[in-house]
Amino acid sequence: MTTLDTTDGAPVRITDSTLRDGSHAMAHRFSVDQVRATVAALDAAGVPVLEVTHGDGLGGSSFNYGFSAVEELDLVAAAAETAEHARIAVLMLPGVGTVDDLQRAASAGASIARIATHCTEADIAIQHFGLARSIGLETVGFLMLSHMLDPDGLAKQARIMVDAGAQCVYVVDSAGALVLEDVTDRVSALVAELGSEAEVGFHGHNNLGLGVANSVLAYRAGARQIDGATCSLGAGSGNSATELLAAVFDRLGVPTGIDLEKVLAAADEVVRPYMEREPVADRNAIIMGHTGVYSSFLLHAERAGRRYDVPTHELLAEAGRRRYVGGQEDMLIDIAIELSTRRSSTEAGSVPTGGDR
Amino acid sequence: MRNGKVVAAIVGTGNIGTDLMAKLLRSDHIDLRYVVGIDPSSDGLARARRAGLDASAGGVAWLLEREELPEIVFEATSAQAHLANAPYYKDAGIQAIDLTPAAIGPYVVPAVNLPDELDAPNLNLITCGGQATIPIVAAISAVAAVSYAEIVASIASRSAGPGTRANIDEFTKTTAHGLERVGRAARGKAIIILNPAEPPLVMRDTVFCAVAESADRDAVAQSIVEMVEKVQRFVPGYRLKADPQFDDPRPEWDGHQRVGVFLEVEGRADYLPAYAGNLDIMTAAAAWVGEELALARLGAMR
Repeated sequence: MTTLDTTDGAPVRITDSTLRDGSHAMAHRFSVDQVRATVAALDAAGVPVLEVTHGDGLGGSSFNYGFSAVEELDLVAAAAETAEHARIAVLMLPGVGTVDDLQRAASAGASIARIATHCTEADIAIQHFGLARSIGLETVGFLMLSHMLDPDGLAKQARIMVDAGAQCVYVVDSAGALVLEDVTDRVSALVAELGSEAEVGFHGHNNLGLGVANSVLAYRAGARQIDGATCSLGAGSGNSATELLAAVFDRLGVPTGIDLEKVLAAADEVVRPYMEREPVADRNAIIMGHTGVYSSFLLHAERAGRRYDVPTHELLAEAGRRRYVGGQEDMLIDIAIELSTRRSSTEAGSVPTGGDR
Repeated sequence: MRNGKVVAAIVGTGNIGTDLMAKLLRSDHIDLRYVVGIDPSSDGLARARRAGLDASAGGVAWLLEREELPEIVFEATSAQAHLANAPYYKDAGIQAIDLTPAAIGPYVVPAVNLPDELDAPNLNLITCGGQATIPIVAAISAVAAVSYAEIVASIASRSAGPGTRANIDEFTKTTAHGLERVGRAARGKAIIILNPAEPPLVMRDTVFCAVAESADRDAVAQSIVEMVEKVQRFVPGYRLKADPQFDDPRPEWDGHQRVGVFLEVEGRADYLPAYAGNLDIMTAAAAWVGEELALARLGAMR
């Protein structure tokens, strides 16, 4: 596999996903004021793209993923209204959202559509790329849980997305499970497949503590779009911190267009004060990274663990063994009921059936 | 009519049509006479001939030239093909059971509203996720007002054909409408997830419904269990993975309590593998509807 010589200081475009991936960590309770303040601060710092959507993408507000406190399109509109330079991106997962949602998001002011599928299922997004391009949106394809597919397989899926209209395809490490060369190999395979037809991107998580390091390797392998989240505010133990990416790429001489002082201020003075939890690599997060579990499962597993009195880390490990993919949050309840029933029967105690009163 | 049975045809010789053929050959009231495709080399046509059926790759034109026309046709092609074929069936007086997402006729879930639609010229079977989950929503609606119903269907990647993949929005939108029209939820939402795990995962469906805090949990659970038993008569692999789960009201649920129902749908493996419960429940529903239509016709003759 050829690795391009890409340490020549070509610029990288940072997309900040605080207001989308961070929605998971905020249990989808972002307010209009928080969105406006975050957008204003990151826009002033020169972050070029800001993603604003329910954590599970357009239409994600639901029992299964958690209801949004504020209609996501109102948040998109507030962000678009606030931003002077930054462009607003939205995420959508075919099977959860529809082309109608994309159209409404575009009307609300979004100009970039990021369309995500499980890494083996790119062909379910063909209609959405087509629609997005036809209404003038820039398009990004998201191959989620990329650790579950080998580099060549991933490149073939990226090809499907590009043929459908994607202008960039991301290697998305949804479980924070990729370790260093795993990233290099996948990004290189996509770069080799797509050539000059489309860019390649990388979206990292910190479950194994490697978000920023993986992002640097992705850049060196040819990725020109990299995701971050301010204060790492994202699912699991969070994303590569946008302010860290800005500092590290600056030291590497790679232009991001981001003003370091201002993005550090945005992190410390705007985002951190409203965070309800600091994403950390605790037992649950490390198990997710190590067994390859979708990072968004974390809060749902904690909730199911409390509801059925089973340890969260056991739920997550079982979800990893069963190879559940993004979107199957309902199966965490299913596992919790099973583990709880098994425990009660071995303890010969009362079997918890319906009802938590 | 022959031997006290109603003459029927299957149009479409892919996976769905071929699995449906196996089911209809067991029927006491349907005389499956014709199987029609457009691909002479299809496995489905070969199987139909081996089963002694009158099979042709000549398409619907061939079918309409038969001396004895079928009374019922099962359409297992594509939405586009059914839109083209449906007017011909109607003109020929053939009742159509539609397994495609064309959605021409009324939405039908046999365990719920079939008696209301027995005379419809075209009966539309919605989606696989709809067939698996709408009975549960209807069962809850029967004893408590459902202000919102949401379903999550997880299917094995290998059971999602090119049609499903090319138009996944059709699945989510049509299923959501079905939750409202037939399940009687005030608002419906459907989610579908494809999982590529090997060995393939058996189809799973989760139903979440918002009901008033005052709703009677015992009555809701009882209604669900009875509905599952009703569906099981035609879909033996349809089962509850756990008792219905009730979660106390939360502010973000607008003060409603939540009913959670966890289902597994294992196929009968007539032609399709057992994990493809999503395909099996469509063919099983079609066979069920066909059986009831045939009985109604035979009853009217007597």
